[in-house]
Parts: sequence; C-alpha cells; structure tokens
Amino acid sequence: MPVPAAAAHLTPEQIDAFGAELDELRARTVADLGERDREYLQSVVRAQRGLEFAGRALLFAGFLPPAWVGGTTALALSKILDNMEIGHNVMHGQYDFLQDPAFQGTTFEWDTACPGDQWRHSHNYRHHTFTNVVGEDRDIGYAVIRIDEGKPWKPKDLGNPLYALLLATFFQYGVMLHDLEVENLAKGRTTWAETAALRAEMARKLGSQTLKDYVLWPALTGPSAPFTLAGNAVANLARNLWSFTIIFCGHFPDGVETFTREEAEDESRGGWYLRQLLGSANIEGGPLFHVMSGNLSHQIEHHLFPDIPAHRYPEMAVEVREICERYGLAYHSGGLVQQFGSVVSRIVRFALPWSRSEPAPAPEPAGAWIEADLAA
Amino acid sequence: MARFAPPSIVRKALASDLVDRLTAPHGVDRYLELVDPTWTVREVRAEVVAATRQTPGTVTLLLRPNGAWSGFRAGQHVVVGVEIDGTVHDRCFSLAGSPHGTDGLLELTVKANPTGRVSRHLVEHAVPGLVLRLSEAQGDFVLPSAAERTATGDHLVFISGGSGITPVLSMLRSLVDERHVGPVTFVHYGFTADDVCYRSELAELVGALPGARLLIGLTGAPGAGDLDGFFGPEHLAQITDRPDRARVFLCGPAPLMASVEQVFADLDLADRVHLERFGPPPIDPSIAVGDGAVSFARSGVAVPSVGTVLETAEAAGLAPAFGCRRGICGTCTRTKTSGRVRNVVTGDVSADDAEPIRLCVTVACGEVTVEL
Repeated sequence: MPVPAAAAHLTPEQIDAFGAELDELRARTVADLGERDREYLQSVVRAQRGLEFAGRALLFAGFLPPAWVGGTTALALSKILDNMEIGHNVMHGQYDFLQDPAFQGTTFEWDTACPGDQWRHSHNYRHHTFTNVVGEDRDIGYAVIRIDEGKPWKPKDLGNPLYALLLATFFQYGVMLHDLEVENLAKGRTTWAETAALRAEMARKLGSQTLKDYVLWPALTGPSAPFTLAGNAVANLARNLWSFTIIFCGHFPDGVETFTREEAEDESRGGWYLRQLLGSANIEGGPLFHVMSGNLSHQIEHHLFPDIPAHRYPEMAVEVREICERYGLAYHSGGLVQQFGSVVSRIVRFALPWSRSEPAPAPEPAGAWIEADLAA
Repeated sequence: MARFAPPSIVRKALASDLVDRLTAPHGVDRYLELVDPTWTVREVRAEVVAATRQTPGTVTLLLRPNGAWSGFRAGQHVVVGVEIDGTVHDRCFSLAGSPHGTDGLLELTVKANPTGRVSRHLVEHAVPGLVLRLSEAQGDFVLPSAAERTATGDHLVFISGGSGITPVLSMLRSLVDERHVGPVTFVHYGFTADDVCYRSELAELVGALPGARLLIGLTGAPGAGDLDGFFGPEHLAQITDRPDRARVFLCGPAPLMASVEQVFADLDLADRVHLERFGPPPIDPSIAVGDGAVSFARSGVAVPSVGTVLETAEAAGLAPAFGCRRGICGTCTRTKTSGRVRNVVTGDVSADDAEPIRLCVTVACGEVTVEL
C-alpha cells in the first residue's frame, strides 16, 4: 500500500505502532462504557423530545409572532438534535451496548426524509469504510459538487456554487436521494428498474415525514395552520443548512486529503486509522456547539472510532492529538468560520477548470520519540 | 404511593393511528415513557408492587403490568428486561400465578444463579416501584384446556426442581381456580425443606383439589421428604402405576429433566412428557474458542463454524446483509440469542446472554444461536 505523503516519514512498523496506540485508547474507552453514557443519551433524548413537544405546542398559537418564533426555534433545535447527536450516532451502533431496543443501530429511524436503512448503507458502510477514497466515497461533494481535483472538470461544474446552495437548502432530500446514485444511473451503470426497492422505501419515508410536518400538524392547529406549516418548513430548512455546514466542514476544508483506490488497498489497521485521520477535520467550539453538531465537530475522532458514543470524543481528542504530535502527523482543526470559509472557497474555486487543491501542509518535523526510534 | 395510570380511553386514543403518524418516526411510546415508564401504550412495562424473599437466594415479585399487557396461559413465560448499570439485560421467567387471578398482578420467582447477572441483581436489588420491561407471554408449555383434560382423563403429573416450580405452580393454581376434579400428582424436588418455595401454599392448593397428591423430594435431607434422592424408576412407581395414562409437565435443573426424559423414553412413553427448558445446555469445556457450531434460528440451519459467524452463514448458503466486513459499519449486526462468541478484534469472549453481535468480527465458541 503506498503511504500518503503526509505520513511518508513513518515506517510500516511505526504505522502499526500508531494504530496500536489508537486501539489501546479505543479499548480503554469501550471498557468504561456504561451508566454515564446511558444518562447522557437519556438527557439528550429528553431535551430533544421536550423541545419537539414545546415547539409543536407553541405553534398552536403561531399567529402570535413570539410563539411562532419560539415554536419554530424549538422545533428546529429538536430536529437538529434528533438527526445529529441522537440519530446519526445511534445509527452508527454507538449505543448498541445499552441493548435498548429503542436505540439499536440497526433499527433506529430518524426525523428526516432519508430512510434509516439507506443511510446505514451509504454512510456507515460506503463513507466510513472508503473515507475520502475518490471514486468510492460518494460523500466527496455528494457526487454533485466538484470539490476535489481527482474529479475531472466538466463544463457543468461551473454551476458548483449553485448546486451547493441548492443542496444545502434541500439537504434532507439530497441525503435521501444519495443511495440512488444518480451519477451511476446517468452513466447507465445501474438501471432505473434496479432502484425500485430503494425508491419505494424513500417514498414511504418521505410520505410519512411530509404528512406529519405539512398536513397533520398544521391541520391539528386549526386556525394557525398556515403559521404551523411555515414554522415546520423553516425548522426543516434551519436543520438542513446547519447539518450541511457541519458535514461539509468534516472532510472538505483545504489540507484534508483524499486518496486513490490503490492507497486504500490492503491497508493495515494502522493505515486505515491514518487515512481516517488525514481525511477528516475538526471544528473548534464550546460544549454546546459540540452537542449541536452531534459531536461531528470531532470528525477526526468520529472517523477513528465511529462506534464509540460521540460525547466521548472531546476527552479522547486530547489523547489523539498528543499521539498525532508524537508521530508528526497533521491534525486538521479550526474554528467554524475558518473551516466553512475554506469549504466555500473550494466550492467556488473548483467550479473552474484550472483550480488546484491548496498543498497539504508539509509533514511536520517528526517528534523526538520518532527521531530516537529512527536512529535506533 | 400508587402510580397514576392514564384511563384506558386515553390510552386507546394514544395508541391510535393518528397519534402514530403525528409522532413518526419514533412512535408515541418514546415520548410517553419519558413522562412515566409505565405509560407506554404498545410496549409492556410492569411495576414491582411487592418483593418478598421466601427462601434464601430467591425473590418473589408481584408485578402490575400496564394496559399493553394482553394476558397469558398457565405455564407460559415472559422475557423480562432489566436495566443494570445502564445496559438492558433480557431473561426469560415463568409466570407463577394463575391467569384467573382477579387483581391483574403477575408473579415471578427468581432464584439467584451465582453466575447470573440478572437473577442476582433482582434477588439483591428488586424493590417495589422498580419498573421492568416485559414481552408478551410466550411458549407452548401450557396447561391443557378443561375440555381437553376431561376428554382424555389423563393423570396430570407435575415434576419440578428448584426454581423450575414456577410454570407448574401456575398450572396447579389454575387447576384450583378451574375446579379441576381429575387425578393430579405434584412432585417437587429441593435440597432441604428450607429450600422449597411455596411449601405451605402447595399443601393448601393440593388440599383444594379432590384428586390431588403432593410429593416433596429432598435430595439433601434423606428421610425428611416424601421421596429420597434423585428421580428414577422407583420415584415414578410412587407417583403412578400407570405411566401410560400420565401426562407429565416437567421443569427443573438439567439433570432432573434428563432423568425424567430417560425413564419415560425407556418405557417408550417419551411423548407423555412436556417440558420447559431455560438457558442453553451447559458448555463443554473441551471446546476451544472459535471451534463451534452456529444455529441460524430464522433460517432453520445449523452448521459447524468455518471462520467468522458471517463466513459461516455464507458457507451455509445464507446471504445476510453486510458492509465493511471489518467491524466498522455495523450492517451485519444481528442478535445472538444464546452461546458464547469471541470478538476477533478485541479478543473478548461474551457471556451466554442474548446480545447484538457484528457477524463479521465474531467467531463462535461452542454452540451459538443467532437470529438470522
């Protein structure tokens, strides 16, 4: 397996040792899972269900502006918590160890248009196994936005900023359609008929979500119906924009690497960890920001340990950072404005044929520990 | 303090299709349980209303199930979910009460198994107010209906040992409630007289049935009971001289069950024995880790292990969903219902309990059953 440039200073043995240190951190955390994690999940679930109830209730008085603003905000926060800190993480199997049928990774369903089973395939499998491998990981630009030079430029890419804006606005539907693999349909690699089962499942989930948010709840609020409808639409929009922002900051800021199929072939456990590290970026912020991002602000830790409860990432990050420093490996991290600014600039730059990625930062000088090891 | 329970008309409304659509995708129970765990309208929950310790190392629980409970037949069991240190553990327990009870309470007797997390937890910590998760009543180890009993005129023989008394006690209590008149023999084995749960009640129940007899066997106190030592042909002779007319309901420790089955098999009367078996058969210590067999319960296939459970399933012609095949994505997660497995990534060997496993990174240690 060819080693990515950012890790060229490491021998295969050192990459194995790097992997073993992360394995050890993982084992230590797994051994500690229990009551604390259940309490945390319960508290987030309580907050989410409470916000949802409050939001739905306030919209009964949605003709009063303060109630409309309050109800819509509560509902937006509820959807964000449901999709990110609860749904995304539970569906990774992070809380399987609780053995609670309501929070099993293989059966959980979330408050968004994308059916849980399809997400488990496109995200848990495709994206987490083939992270940032061009041609395999369809999360790179979500197959519609050109965000990496590994994807040859075509005239349609001039629309990049527009596509990004549309995707952000209708993100829940974009995520829903993800598993259809429209680019493969367009190229004739798959047929429309083959997607029948997927489309049926999408239609079922989309129908259930639409009925709830745009028919039943508005109807139930009687005279407030138009306000409820608008409030629900704005709450969905707010969730769309927020989740798009967080997710695009996870892999696409400048400096984050993509890989070729060859680089990912037959990689060791250490090599897999290396690819997850180099292909992800963290967003810095306070505790509330981390919760609202579903702890995807710790995208690096999430990719290293996708099935460990995400609220553990902040404490694990301290150790991961220290390990990376010792091995002289880049640890991409920055504030939300910096990271999202970088993503936006890439979306605009890659609309043009002559665009190039900013060079990845040169490998940092290896730490003293590595030096001693190399000399030995 | 009595727990407030919503009136049944409210429960009915909450269980309606409309509320289901309004609370999609989670369903109304996920909201109601946050107010009170017993308010769920679809999932059965039960509150412990009394916990008595009749004999050392056991606890008898009286449970008040919520409105989602739909009743049971004498002899059936429930899967009880108990939360211990944040994790929900499921175990089967037989219901000991009569289904004709008027107070609507359910009764379970739990014996602490030295290596059993759930039984020990309940014996040590169960107190009134604790809420348990319950499945619907399950199992076909049930008392025949009054009509069937009258038609056959069979001699009903109940044989139990230790905590295996619960399902047959339920049957005996049910017979009393149904004013059964035919021949009945209730045989129960314990170590000493102090280890026999429900001792005085057994005498009362048997006394209330015109054709019934009680035989207590004490394996650790020779001469003190009605039967000495372990079950064998001599004990059967004391129970009945017409084993061909007996209909046996059996529940107890594995050696007792094996000897009763053997004695009836030798008489060519194996079909007279109905039994309830809990827990997997004991593990053969000679079986090395990863050297076992996997039963795929839903597919009805049982095969020797060839690598991971996923590889074993595929070799057996099954096609379970999978993704990464290295324990990352969780696509292949299924429930292992019994047996021990080893995680090939962490090297951890699991307990016997039901739990979710990732087929791609799990190997069987001995006999394993997977829901697939």
